[in-house]
Amino acid sequence: AVSLPFAVGQCGNQVGCRFWDLALREHAAVNKKGIYDEALSSFFRNVDTRSGGNGPDIYKGKICSLKARALLIDMEEGVVNEILQGPLRDVFDSKQLITDVSGSGNNWAVGHKIYGGQYRENIVEKLRKTAEHCDCLQCFFIIHSMGGGTGSGLGTFVLNLLEEEFPEVYRFVTSVYPSGEDDVITSPYNSVLAMKELNEHADCVLPIENESLFEIVNKIHQMINSGKLGSTVKQNSLVTSSAGSAKTLPEKPFDAMNNIVANLLLNLTSSARFEGSLNMDLNEISMNLVPFPRLHYLVSSLTPLYTLADVNVPSRRLDQMFSDAFSRDHQLIQADPKHSLYLACALLVRGNVQVSDLRRNIERLKPSLHFVSWNQEGWKTGLCSVPPVGHSHSLLALANNTCVKPTFIELKDRFMKLYKKKAHLHHYLQIDGMEQSCFSEAISSLTDLIEEYNELDATKSGPRIDPSRLKIAV
Amino acid sequence: MSIVTVQLGQCGNQIGHEVFSALCSDIRGTHGLCSKKENESYCESCKERFFCEEESGVPVARAVLVDMEPKVISQTLSMAASSGHWKYDSHSHFCQKQGSGNNWANGYSVHGPRHKEAIMNLVQKEAEKCDRLGGFFTIMSMAGGTGSGLGAFVTQCLRDAFPTSFTLNHVIWPYGTGEVIVQNYNSVLTLSHLYQSSDALLVHENDVIHKICAQLMNIKQISFRDVNQVIAHQLGSVFQPTHTAGEGSGYSRNPLGDLMEALVPHPEFKLLGLRNIPQMPENSLPYSTFSWPGLIKHLRQMLIANAKMEEGIDWQVRPPQPGSSIPSTTKPLHFNTSIANLVVLRGKDVHSVDLGSFQDPSLYTSWLNPQDAFSAWKTPRAFNKYEKSASLVSNSQFLLKPLDSIVGKAWNMFASKAYLHQYTKFGIQEEDFLDCFTTLEQVISSYTNL
Repeated sequence: AVSLPFAVGQCGNQVGCRFWDLALREHAAVNKKGIYDEALSSFFRNVDTRSGGNGPDIYKGKICSLKARALLIDMEEGVVNEILQGPLRDVFDSKQLITDVSGSGNNWAVGHKIYGGQYRENIVEKLRKTAEHCDCLQCFFIIHSMGGGTGSGLGTFVLNLLEEEFPEVYRFVTSVYPSGEDDVITSPYNSVLAMKELNEHADCVLPIENESLFEIVNKIHQMINSGKLGSTVKQNSLVTSSAGSAKTLPEKPFDAMNNIVANLLLNLTSSARFEGSLNMDLNEISMNLVPFPRLHYLVSSLTPLYTLADVNVPSRRLDQMFSDAFSRDHQLIQADPKHSLYLACALLVRGNVQVSDLRRNIERLKPSLHFVSWNQEGWKTGLCSVPPVGHSHSLLALANNTCVKPTFIELKDRFMKLYKKKAHLHHYLQIDGMEQSCFSEAISSLTDLIEEYNELDATKSGPRIDPSRLKIAV
Repeated sequence: MSIVTVQLGQCGNQIGHEVFSALCSDIRGTHGLCSKKENESYCESCKERFFCEEESGVPVARAVLVDMEPKVISQTLSMAASSGHWKYDSHSHFCQKQGSGNNWANGYSVHGPRHKEAIMNLVQKEAEKCDRLGGFFTIMSMAGGTGSGLGAFVTQCLRDAFPTSFTLNHVIWPYGTGEVIVQNYNSVLTLSHLYQSSDALLVHENDVIHKICAQLMNIKQISFRDVNQVIAHQLGSVFQPTHTAGEGSGYSRNPLGDLMEALVPHPEFKLLGLRNIPQMPENSLPYSTFSWPGLIKHLRQMLIANAKMEEGIDWQVRPPQPGSSIPSTTKPLHFNTSIANLVVLRGKDVHSVDLGSFQDPSLYTSWLNPQDAFSAWKTPRAFNKYEKSASLVSNSQFLLKPLDSIVGKAWNMFASKAYLHQYTKFGIQEEDFLDCFTTLEQVISSYTNL
C-alpha cells in the first residue's frame, strides 16, 4: 500500500528532501540484494531508464531506477531547484514538481486563494498521474509549515482538494507550528487560518514545534561534545544525522531538525512497510487514535535519540527507552503529556523487542499516566522487526493528549494580539475571496477546539461513574 | 474425515502456521511410546485429517489463508515451505493490500461482501480435496479488523454454503491492556455475530498464555511466536487423533462432530475453554515424571476453581454438597459450574486412568445426566514429547468473568460514544451495537445462572 507525500512550501520541501534521503538509506540497509520489493514500493517506483528518460514501471525484479512517489510544490524555485541539483536529482522528475517564482509573501490568502485557484487543475492532473502508478493508495502525507504563505495556504488548499478528489484515502498532515519568536509577523494569522482547514479536512495531524526540535539538537550536540560518555556514539544512529554524512554536524542549519521530522515519518510508516509480529498500519493509527473526528491532533516522541556503539543492550536500557518516550524533552512539541489527560496512546516499537517487553513497560508506566474515564486501557501497540539504521530498537509514541491545548491557546493569544489592532489585515482582505468572516470563522473554529479539550480536562479530577449495564430479564 | 482450516488475519495466520508445524513435528517424532501399529494408525489419521498428500511427498496443509494485507501471508507461506517437512498449497490464499485498519465494520461490511466469492471459491476447492469433509476450523483474533470482522462474515458464509458441516471458531481474546484501543468494540461485535452462525467458540486468552510462558515455560523475553507455540500445543493436544469410542475402536473419524456432541447440548451455551497439563520447557521433559492420578487431580481442581494454569490453583474451592436441595444462591463462591466437559488423555497407560472424579454430579448443572455431561477421549500414543498429557475442553463458567469484563469496558466506551464515527462510516450503526450488547448480556446471564 502506497503512502504519497506532498511537500508544500520551503519548510515542507526541506523536510521532504531529508525524508527521501533517509528513506533511501533505510531501504538500502535492509535490501541487500537490490530487489524491488513490496516495502520499497510504498515510497518508490521502479522505472526502466535504460533507454533514457522515462521508461515503463518495473514491478518486480532488480532495482533499475528508483523514483519517489511524491509531489513537490513550492511557489518559489529556490528550494526545489536545490533538490534537483543535489544528490537526489534522479529520484524526481519534472512531472512531480509544481513551482512558481514569486512566492506567497508569507500570506496564507495568497497561497490558498490565488495560487490555489491558479494551480488547481495542474495539481489534480499531476496527482491523478501519480496515483495511476500506485497499486493501492492508502494514505496522503502533507508536509508543511503553518506560519508562512505557501506551505500554510497552498498546503491546506491541497488538503481540501485531496478530500474532494480521493475521499477514501487517509490524509495525514505533519505541520510545523511557529514559535513565539517567529520572525514572520503574520504567522499567527497564517496558522489560525490553516488550523480551520486542518480541523475540518485532516484525518490526523502531527504538530511539530521548532523549539522542541532545536532543544533535541542541542541535547545531542552537548552529549557528543561533553566527552562524558565512555563509549562513542554511532554517527548514523543520531536522530539528527543525514545519510552518509561523516561529519558530526550536518551542513545546512535546519538539516538536523528536519532529519528528526523525517525520522518521524519513517517510523510512522515502518510497520506498514516491514514485517513484524504485530503490524500497525496507517489506517489503524487513525482508527485507534481519533475517538472523535475533530480531536485528531497527535503529539509524537521518538526514542532513542542516538545509540552508543556498544552492542549489548541490557533490558534496563530498553526500559529507559520507554520512559523517555513519555518525558517532556522527547516530545516534538512543547508539551508534557504526563501531566495532562490521555485520550489514547500508540506505541510503535521497532527492532528486537518482544511483546513481554511492551507489556512490562506499559504496566510500569501506566500508573503515572492519566487516561480518560472511557478509555482506561487505551493503548495501541505495534511490533516491527526491522529497526532504524544504526539502532537495535526504537520507539515512536503517539499521544492523543490534552497537552496540545497550550500550543493552541498561545496561538490564539498571538492571533488576537494582532487581530484586535487589525494589524496587517488589509494584506489579506485585499485578496479576492477573502473576507472578515474568514478570520472570525477561523478563530471560532480554534476556540471551539480549545473548548473541547477544556471539557475533557475538566473530567480529569472528577469521580468516575461507570454507566449501568443493560439488564436482562431472567 | 478431514478438517479444513481457515486462517484469518495476522493472528490467525501466525497461529495457523504454528499449529500445522506442531502437528507435523508430532507425527515425525519418535517419542510415540506406543506400538508401531498404533503409531502408524495415528499418523495416518492425522495426515488424513489435516494434510493432503502431494506427488512430491511433502504434506500440504488443508488450509485457506486470508488476510487484507500481504506481508503476513507471504511470510507464513515461505516459513512453511522452508521447513521442508510440510507446506501450504501455493494457491490457497487470498490477500489484499490495504488491511482492515482494526475496524470490524470495514472487515465485515466492506471486505466481506467484496471478496466473498474469491474466498469461498478457495474454501470450496479445499473442501473438494477432502474424501470426506469433517467440518471447518477457523482461527482468528477478535481484537483487530480482519480476523474479527471478515472472520465473522466468512463464518456466516460457511454456515450458508455448508449447512450440514460443523464450524468451530478458534478465537483469540486479546491482552486486557491494549493491543488495540477499540478491541472491546471489535470483540463485542465478533462474539455476538459468531454466536449466531458458529457451532462453538474455542477460546484462548493472551493474558493466560502469556502467564504460562512466563511461569511454566520460563521464557524470559516472551514473543508472540512463543505464545502461539503454546496455543498450537494446546490445540494439538485436543485435535490429534484419539479413540473416542473406547479401547479397540479405531481413531475417531469425526472429531468436530464428536466435540459438538460432547460439549454443546444447547445453542445458548457455546463458549469453550481449554486447559492442558503438564506444560514445561522442552529441556525439562526428560527429567520429569508424571502420574495419571496426580494429573487428573490437578486438572479437576483447575476446573472447579477456574484456575488458568497448573500453578497457583486454589485448593480451598469445593463443589457444593450433594443430597439436600441447595438453592443456587448459596452455591459456594468461585466454584466453576460446568455444563459439559471433555478430557483428552495421551500417553503411557491411558486405559488404566480413573476418571470417576470428573463424573461427580456436583460439578455439573442439573439438566444433563452426569454420564452425558462428561466424555473422555484417549490414545496410548504420546503427544509432542510429553510422556503423559491431559487436556480439558470445558463448557462451563470459565469465560464468564473475562466476557463480562470485555462487555463492561465496551459499554463504558459506548456510553461516551467514542470511536463510533469510525464504525458508522462503514455501515455499523448504534442500533447494531445495541443488538450485539443485548446478545452478549443474554449469554452472560445464561452462564451466570447455571
